[in-house]
Amino acid sequence: MPGSKEIRTKIKSVKNTQKITRAMEKVAMSKMRKAQDRMAQARPYAEKIRRTLGHIAQANAEYVHPFMVERPAKRVGLIIITSDRGLAGGLNVNTFRVALKALREYKDKNVDVELALIGNKAVAYFKRLGGNVTATQTHLGDRPHLDQLLGVIKVMTDAYREGRIDRLLLVSSTFVNTMTQRPQLRQLLPVEPVQDEKLLAHWDYIYEPTPAGLLDFVLQRYIESQVYQAVIENAACEQSARMVAMKSATDNAGKIITNLQMIYNKARQASITKEISEIVGGAAAV
Amino acid sequence: MASIHVDIVSAEGQIHSGEAQMVFAPAEMGEVGIAPRHTPLLTKLVPGAVRVKALDGSEQSFFVGGGILEVQPHLVTVLADSALRAKDADEAAALAAKQSAEEKLAGAKGDIDLAKAQAELIEAAARLQFVQKLKNPSHR
Repeated sequence: MPGSKEIRTKIKSVKNTQKITRAMEKVAMSKMRKAQDRMAQARPYAEKIRRTLGHIAQANAEYVHPFMVERPAKRVGLIIITSDRGLAGGLNVNTFRVALKALREYKDKNVDVELALIGNKAVAYFKRLGGNVTATQTHLGDRPHLDQLLGVIKVMTDAYREGRIDRLLLVSSTFVNTMTQRPQLRQLLPVEPVQDEKLLAHWDYIYEPTPAGLLDFVLQRYIESQVYQAVIENAACEQSARMVAMKSATDNAGKIITNLQMIYNKARQASITKEISEIVGGAAAV
Repeated sequence: MASIHVDIVSAEGQIHSGEAQMVFAPAEMGEVGIAPRHTPLLTKLVPGAVRVKALDGSEQSFFVGGGILEVQPHLVTVLADSALRAKDADEAAALAAKQSAEEKLAGAKGDIDLAKAQAELIEAAARLQFVQKLKNPSHR
């Protein structure tokens, strides 16, 4: 029976692969639920600080913070958030596509871009491509912590304060639902004014101690919360993208196994038929 | 009785939300007590306990490791820091992020090769499309 052993070995190896992909799917599924919970938990802070910032924007402050002033973009900072690990379908590729589109647009306008990378995949990608990378952070794990991000954020906000960059943008995946993750480009700095509710016409805060220091503090926290939110959202995206990718891999493996089994059975049938006809032929000759 | 709405949140979750008679918070310039219709106030918090006196007179304490206190006439928002932070710690983290960028990208070219990137992206997209086609043979 020619080739039957090879087919059997092949079936076995595909089955093993299927076992792995199935296990990865299950793991991603449970991690995804936790990641989604974390995403929901972080939302109140982001909402509240946004509300506070909206109030501040409406206050008749005697002091205007540089983070809130638009200036011509001569240099731009771009934070790119990706996953640390692969096997997550098109997640990171889609993020890079959005990032590269922005990079190309700025290049056409002769605007320099400074990159800050979060996640192994982004670091590996821009290591190959090159680029002006000022800060990186990798190995965030399944439970990203704000502490891990502070370094990258500070590098970029300091660059903005010192005038090395005039705008700070963020590219990351946003979680639409389990099946859909959408890469998005957002502006962090200057802060776009938020106006949700109407307050009294003329009022200002009592600032303790000084408006300058306080606004700086609030805005820094705001940027941090935005980046943190994006990172945990990206983590949820990663798990759900992986779950979907591994599910389709498992299904594909199943199909391949069915096909191989069919070929194997046919080959076996053919060899049996051949043997019988040989025996019959032999008997007739005698 | 007049009441004031209190929200206490940290980056990693909501801590408390509800109505209160009075709120006490460890502001940078000393502890402040906030009653309903307090004038708008914005201040930094130092590590300590935020005490919320609920409408029924019971008192609850929450530890915050610093943060921001925002007061509107009918609204108190406490944006608590999730971790204890020192100024030097932030600087050190920034330095570490810069260093890791330099180490990881040593040997990388200075300018982004956009043409190469585009080509790689197209290839990756094609590969993805191929896989998706494999998944749904009806589209083949």
